[in-house]
Amino acid sequence: MAEVGVTLDTASRAREADDPHSHVVQFRAEQPLRLDAGVALAPFQIAYQTYGTLNSARTNAILVCHALTGDQHVANMHPVTGKSGWWETMVGPGRPIDTERYFVICPNVLGACMGTTGPASTNPRTGKPWGLEFPMITIRDMVRAQAMLLDHLGIDSLFSVAGGSMGGMQVLQWAASYPQRVFSALPLACSTRHSAQNIAFHEVGRQAVMADPEWQGGRYFAAGTNPRRGLAVARMGAHITYLSDAALHRKFGRRFQDRDNPTFTFDADFQVESYLRHQGISFVERFDANSYLYLTRAMDYFDLAADYDGVLANAFKHTPTRFCVVSFTSDWLFPTSDSRAIVHALNAGGARVSFAEIVTDKGHDAFLLDEPELFAIVRGFLDGAAKARGLPTVPR
Amino acid sequence: MMMLSRLKHDLTMAEAARTPGGARVDLVVVADMVEPGAKVLDVGCGDGELLRLLAETRGVDGRGIELSREGVNECVAKGLAVIQGDADTDLADYPDDAFDYVILSQTLQATRQPRVVLEHMLRIGRRAIVSFPNFGHWRIRMQVFFRGRMPRTDNLPYAWYDSPNIHFCTIKDFRELCLVAGAKMEKAVALNPWGAPLRLNAPWWFWNMLGEQAVFRLSRRA
Repeated sequence: MAEVGVTLDTASRAREADDPHSHVVQFRAEQPLRLDAGVALAPFQIAYQTYGTLNSARTNAILVCHALTGDQHVANMHPVTGKSGWWETMVGPGRPIDTERYFVICPNVLGACMGTTGPASTNPRTGKPWGLEFPMITIRDMVRAQAMLLDHLGIDSLFSVAGGSMGGMQVLQWAASYPQRVFSALPLACSTRHSAQNIAFHEVGRQAVMADPEWQGGRYFAAGTNPRRGLAVARMGAHITYLSDAALHRKFGRRFQDRDNPTFTFDADFQVESYLRHQGISFVERFDANSYLYLTRAMDYFDLAADYDGVLANAFKHTPTRFCVVSFTSDWLFPTSDSRAIVHALNAGGARVSFAEIVTDKGHDAFLLDEPELFAIVRGFLDGAAKARGLPTVPR
Repeated sequence: MMMLSRLKHDLTMAEAARTPGGARVDLVVVADMVEPGAKVLDVGCGDGELLRLLAETRGVDGRGIELSREGVNECVAKGLAVIQGDADTDLADYPDDAFDYVILSQTLQATRQPRVVLEHMLRIGRRAIVSFPNFGHWRIRMQVFFRGRMPRTDNLPYAWYDSPNIHFCTIKDFRELCLVAGAKMEKAVALNPWGAPLRLNAPWWFWNMLGEQAVFRLSRRA
């Protein structure tokens, strides 16, 4: 890891946390967010991006929920990395989530580091970054905050809520918490609860961050350090879980990186090592280590059925929402059996549900990648829902 | 041998008789048994042709279960509410009285436990509609009688060893299943090979001999 030496501009990242390149809504002290942890967060802010135009009846809004390490920059250039948006294949003009037809909103989640209040944001009481003084948050808290954003935007009912992985958890929470506000829901590659294996992987990632001496008990901003090595290792480990054995083999096999023979050192001899190191390094450029701790924790705590006497079907009883659940054959982080459990609960609740499993070797990350079958399914599902909602087929 | 290479979901009977409008006759018969606006579950919905017909002609709130992944994904991309699932195992997950109609169209013979499937259908739905190929049809009897071989027809093109159809029955056999499964027969229609309904007041033996397919609407016996 010797070459993890990318200039990490702590100041500019802190700026992005407080003063992002996005729309921002500030919620004042008298509009607190009541958290599951039993405390109120106030004041706080939400950063979000929008695409397309809200129709006059306010019926064409789609909320996109991002995953653990995603952010609100769905379909525009990322202000920190300069890369294209993380879901540009799915969201945009003429894309399955067609911004010529729908109004797309993507907020940065609570606890993240791209402008919505999180541990990297400045705590107004101290004038310093929150760090570990930031209260513990849950998926439900994220969704509560998003509901406040929609209230602010004057959107009573969403045409759809879509997202994969942690975004899918938010979709499910939306449907359970606010069924009357969700006309249709697209939970992709997700689960109603984090498995023991997934909690275990997250714990390894958190321990990697906390084992980095530069983490400084979470007060690295004050110490002028940054646990970039720990966070990079966490990202490397997690990234393996987003792929699959078959995909790694197809992409890298046992091939060497820029050399013909092993060097008999701990250099990145193998292409797969080089790739993972790159993933780790590029991640720490744009992500806050404490945010990673908080968001992984929120996913670990997610257990939708627990809020409904342990019966998942009760979460969706008499739901008016139409669902389209999608899983991927090679996803071992959120396997098809997790999606099936969602479908069973929805059926038991009498919900209108579609469920498709897509054959791919791309693993969990398949929901972010070029999967024509996924695009066809999302497009078809939204078309059907739009017809039922009476949205015009032709762009405004 | 051409037939053998056909996809399994061609069980949706590409060769079947169609109306001048292009709809499959057996599906039209099924659709006619459904009251408009009803809530319907189509078990083994294939590529969604019946669900679409029901939505277009009867305005139903339709859902589907389909075993083949290609069928499911095609349906979902058409905007139909279809899930991947197995009639033999997944009907148990549905609550009682969840639907007005549960339909099993040309799928009964492919289930492992037809009786259990039928019982679930009558539990989940207020009514069940079952359509199936009649193995008592004279042409099938002739093939067994004269050729001494398992029969193959345009609608049932598979060789015995790679057929998805493992539980064939005749119209008479199906009536017996209705008795043991506690189903009351409300309506029955038998179709000749050209898709025309047979005479209504004909005796059962006549239907069993000349009906190539049958469609039954059932309810729970009180």
